[in-house]
Amino acid sequence: MIHFVLLVSRQGKVRLTKWYSPYAQKERSKVIRELSGVILNRGPKLCNFVEWRGYKVVYKRYASLYFCMCIDQEDNELEVLEIIHHYVEILDRYFGSVCELDLIFNFHKAYYILDELLIAGELQESSKKTVARIISAQDQLVEAAKEEASSISNIIAQATK
Amino acid sequence: MNPFSSGTRLSDMIRAIRASKTAAEERAVVRKECAAIRASINENDQDYRHRDLAKLMFIHMLGYPTHFGQMECLKLIASPGFPEKRIGYLGLMLLLDERQEVLMLVTNSLKQDMNHTNQYIVGLALCALGNICSAEMARDLAPEVERLLQFRDPNIRKKAALCAIRIIRKVPDLSENFINPGAALLKEKHHGVLITGVHLCTEICSVSSEALEYFRKKCTEGLVRTLRDIANSPYSPEYDVAGITDPFLHIRLLKLLRVLGQGDAEASDCMNDILAQVASKTESNKNAGNAILYECVQTIMSIEENGGLRVLAINILGKFLSNRDNNIRYVALNMLMRALTVDSQAVQRHRATILECVKDSDASIQKRALELIYLLVNENNVKPLAKDLIEYLEVSDEDFKGDLTAKICSIVEKFAPEKIWYIDQMLKVLSEAGTYVKEDVWHALIVVITNAPDLHGYAVRALYRALHTSSEQETLVRVAIWCIGEYADLLVNNAGMLEVEDPITVTESDAVDIVEIAIKHHTSDVTTKAMALIALLKISSRFPSCSERVNSIIGQNKGSFVLELQQRSLEFSSVIQKHQNIRSSLVERMPVLDEATFSGRRAGSLPASVSTSGKSSLGIPNGVAKAAAAPLVDLLDLSSDDTPAPTSSSNNFLQDLLGVDLTQPSAQPVSGTMQPSQAGADILLDLLSIGTPAPVQNGSTNGDLLSMQDNNTPLASLDTISSTSPTAPSSMMDLLDGFGPTPPKIEDKGPAYPSIVAFESSSLKIEFNLAKQPETPQTTDIEAKFTNLTPNVYTDFLFQAAVPKFLQLHLDPASSNSLPANGSIKQTMRVTNSQQGKKPIVMRMRVGYKINGKDVLEEGQINNFPRGL
Repeated sequence: MIHFVLLVSRQGKVRLTKWYSPYAQKERSKVIRELSGVILNRGPKLCNFVEWRGYKVVYKRYASLYFCMCIDQEDNELEVLEIIHHYVEILDRYFGSVCELDLIFNFHKAYYILDELLIAGELQESSKKTVARIISAQDQLVEAAKEEASSISNIIAQATK
Repeated sequence: MNPFSSGTRLSDMIRAIRASKTAAEERAVVRKECAAIRASINENDQDYRHRDLAKLMFIHMLGYPTHFGQMECLKLIASPGFPEKRIGYLGLMLLLDERQEVLMLVTNSLKQDMNHTNQYIVGLALCALGNICSAEMARDLAPEVERLLQFRDPNIRKKAALCAIRIIRKVPDLSENFINPGAALLKEKHHGVLITGVHLCTEICSVSSEALEYFRKKCTEGLVRTLRDIANSPYSPEYDVAGITDPFLHIRLLKLLRVLGQGDAEASDCMNDILAQVASKTESNKNAGNAILYECVQTIMSIEENGGLRVLAINILGKFLSNRDNNIRYVALNMLMRALTVDSQAVQRHRATILECVKDSDASIQKRALELIYLLVNENNVKPLAKDLIEYLEVSDEDFKGDLTAKICSIVEKFAPEKIWYIDQMLKVLSEAGTYVKEDVWHALIVVITNAPDLHGYAVRALYRALHTSSEQETLVRVAIWCIGEYADLLVNNAGMLEVEDPITVTESDAVDIVEIAIKHHTSDVTTKAMALIALLKISSRFPSCSERVNSIIGQNKGSFVLELQQRSLEFSSVIQKHQNIRSSLVERMPVLDEATFSGRRAGSLPASVSTSGKSSLGIPNGVAKAAAAPLVDLLDLSSDDTPAPTSSSNNFLQDLLGVDLTQPSAQPVSGTMQPSQAGADILLDLLSIGTPAPVQNGSTNGDLLSMQDNNTPLASLDTISSTSPTAPSSMMDLLDGFGPTPPKIEDKGPAYPSIVAFESSSLKIEFNLAKQPETPQTTDIEAKFTNLTPNVYTDFLFQAAVPKFLQLHLDPASSNSLPANGSIKQTMRVTNSQQGKKPIVMRMRVGYKINGKDVLEEGQINNFPRGL
C-alpha cells in the first residue's frame, strides 16, 4: 500500500502531503525533512527508488516538483511510477498544462483529485476521464451552491433596501 | 456576510506567505492569520468557516500547529451544504489522524452522510472513512460500507471496496462480512470497481485462509478469463497507457492470481497459459509494460512449479538486468533476490552482472546488489567474491563503505576456508576501512588469532606491516597493538615463519616505536591509548632492555586528564619500577580466548540463542563446520549486522578482557560472582584494569594471584590512586590489602551490593537495598523503600510484584499502608533465583494508592538488578 504521498519542490518546499498511515505531527516533519534531503540530492540519471526505513520511496520529478510515494518492500515500484504519472496527467488535464503555482494556489483542488485517485493508499480509478468527470460534477455542485447563496443575499439586500 | 470581518482571502494569504523573505517574516504572517482565524472561530462566524479551514490547511502544510481548527472540520461536516462538507472532510483528513479522540465525534456524521441522497456526499464520507478510520469506527460503520458495495453507482461501489480494505486492515475479523460482496465485485465490468474489487479479495485472502479457499474454488477461472480479455482487448483510449489497456488492472489481477495459485497445483495449472501469454506478449519498451512483466514474473515464481514458465521468467529477469534503464535493473535485482529461494542456480549465473551492479553509481542499486551478492556467497565462490569486494572497498563511496564493510566482514567470517585467509582478508578490510568495522568484528578477529597458535607470529608481523601503511585506521591500530603486546617476541625473532611470508627485521625498539606512535597519534582515542599502555607494559616484560624507555613513555601519561589513562600509567610505571619480580607473571600471555563463549555472547547472552546463531555468526572455530547456510539464516545474520550497536553484553566481553570499560563504567555494577569459565582470565585482567568497577573475587584460585599473595608485598603506592575508583572502592582495597597481613573481611559478610533505584516517577521513587546471606547464595534479601515525592498523603498503598518462573518471590507486609507527604515506608521481600549466575533477576511491579480518595496506579519493569544475583 502507499503509506504517504509527498509533493516537494526543488527548493524543498512542501506542496502536498497525504498520509494513509498514522504519523504524528512531529514524525511527519521529520520524514519530510529526511526524504527531501535524500531525494533532492539524487542525480538525474539514477533510478527512481530510494530505500528508506524498511520502505521504498518511489519518486519522479516533473519540472520543478518531485512527486514521491512511500510503499512497502513487496509492492511494485514500476506500477507506482505509473500511478504518479497517472496523477500528473489528470492534474495536467484539469488545470491545463499544470505548473507549480497552480498547485500552490489551488492546493485543495490537488487534494480533491488525489482523493478520487487513491483511498486507503490504494488505487481507485484507472480512467483519467472518469476522475475528471467526477471532479467537474462536484465543482459544479459547489458553483451552484455559491450562485444560490449570492442570489439569496441579493434578494435579502433588495428586500432590506 | 460580515462587513467587519478583517479576514484576508486564501489567495492573499498564500501570496503574503510567499512574499516573506525570511523565515521570521513568514512566521509573523502565519501568526497573524492564525490569530484572525481563532478570533473568527470564537465568534462562530459561519460565512468564513470554510475559508478559515482552507487557510488552516495551507498553514498546516507548512508545518505549523493547527489543532485549534479540528472542531471546525466537524462543524463543516455537520452542515448541510455540499461545499461545506467537501472542505470539512478534506480538513478532517489533513488535520486529524486515526489516533485522535476527536475523530470519534465524526462517526455519526459519517453514518448520516453515507445514507445521504446525494451520491457525491456519500463519496466524500467514504473517502474520509477509507483514509483515516480507526478500529472502532471500522466496527461501527462496516455495515454501511457493506451495503454501499451494492450501490447503484459504480463510483460509490469502488470507494466502498477500498473502505472495506481499510476496515479489514484495522479489524481482520470483519473480513468474513465482505467475502460474498467481494466475490460479486469480481464479475463487474467497470474498471474502477474491478480494480478495487480484486484488491479487496486479495486483502481478504491475506487474513482468512477460508476465504482464500473459497475464492480459489469459485473465482480462479473467472479471473483468468478477465485477465485474458483485458490482455487481448483492442485499443481503448480511456484505459490506454503506452499501448497497453489498463496496466493497473493487469497488475491487480496478477497479484490476486499469485495468492490463489500459491500452494495449489490445480489453480496454478489453470493460470499457466495466460501467464505465459502475458510474459511473452507484453511489450517491454515502456515502463507500463515492464511493470506488468515484473508482476507477472513474481507470480510465476510464487505459484506451483512449471518448468517452462520459470525459464521464461528467469529470462525476463536476465533481460531486465542488462537493461540500460536503472529502474529496470533495480527491480531485476529485487526480483532475483526472491527468485533465489526458487532457483539459486539460475541466479548464480548472473553473478558477474550483479557484482558489476555493486559498483554502480546509484546508491539504491548498489545496496540491492550488495544484499543479493551477500546471499549468493558460498564456500566455493567466497574467495573471488571477497577479493573483488575488498578491491572495490578502496574506491567506493564513503556512504556505502559502512554497508560494504559489514557485509564483507560477515562473508569472510562465515565462509573462510582457512584461518590464514580469514586473517589476511580482515587485515585488508581493517587497513582499507577500519573505521567502519564494528566492535564485535575486530574482537572476533582477536579471538581467532589467539586460537591459532601457529599463526600468532604471522599475524603480528602482518599487522606490523599494515600499521606502517595505514596508521590512520583506528581499529587496525587497536588490533595491531593488542597483538604486538601479546606476541612482541614473535615479531622480533621472526618465529614461526610461514613459507608465504617475506622475513622482516624488527628490532625490539622498533616494536616500542610503533606502539609509541600509536599512543601519541592525535587520532587515537582513549580506548586505543589505554590498549597501547597495556601493550607497552607487556613489551617491557618481554624485552627487559626496553624497560627504561617504556617506563618513560608510560610516564608521559601520568598527567593525563583522562582518569583511566592517568591511573593506568601510574600503576604500570610502579609495576615496572618497583615490582620487577612479579611483572613477568603479571603480564603473561593471555590465555586462549574461548571462541564458543565469545560467539555466544556476541549473539546475545541468552543461552537459547547461542545454539542457533552461534553457528552462523562465526564459522571459523572448527574450520570446517560450514554447512551451506540457508538464506533464512543469512537474513537473520544480515539483520544483526545492520543493527548499529550489538548487545551490550557482547561489547563487554572483550572490553572486560582488555580492561577498557570506558564506555559504560556505571552500567556494570559490582558483582561478587564471576562466570567461572573465565574467572582466570578476568582476574588477571582486572589486575591490569584497576580503573574498571569489576572487582576481584577473593576466594577464587588463580596461579598468578596466589603467587602474588605469596610475595606479601604491600602495594601501598597504589592505594592512593585506587581511592579515586568511583564505584568499587571496597573491592579495590581488598585486592590491595589482600597482600598485607590482614585477610580480607568481606568474605564473612557475603558480597555487598549497591542499592538500586528500581522505579522512579514524578510522584514515587522505589529503592532496593540488596543483601545476600553467604549460606544461601541463591537467595537475595531486598529491602524496598518507597518514597513519596509529592506533598500529598498516599493512602491504601499497595505494592505488588511478579517474577518469571525461575524466580521465587516472598513478599513481607509493608511497614505501613499509607505514605506521608514526602515521607517513606519500607517493605522487605526475598527472591530466590534458581538460575543464579545464568539469568539475572527481573521483576514486574505494580503500585496502587489513593491521593485524596482518587485511585492511582503505576506499573513498571525492574531489570537493573546487578548481574549475578
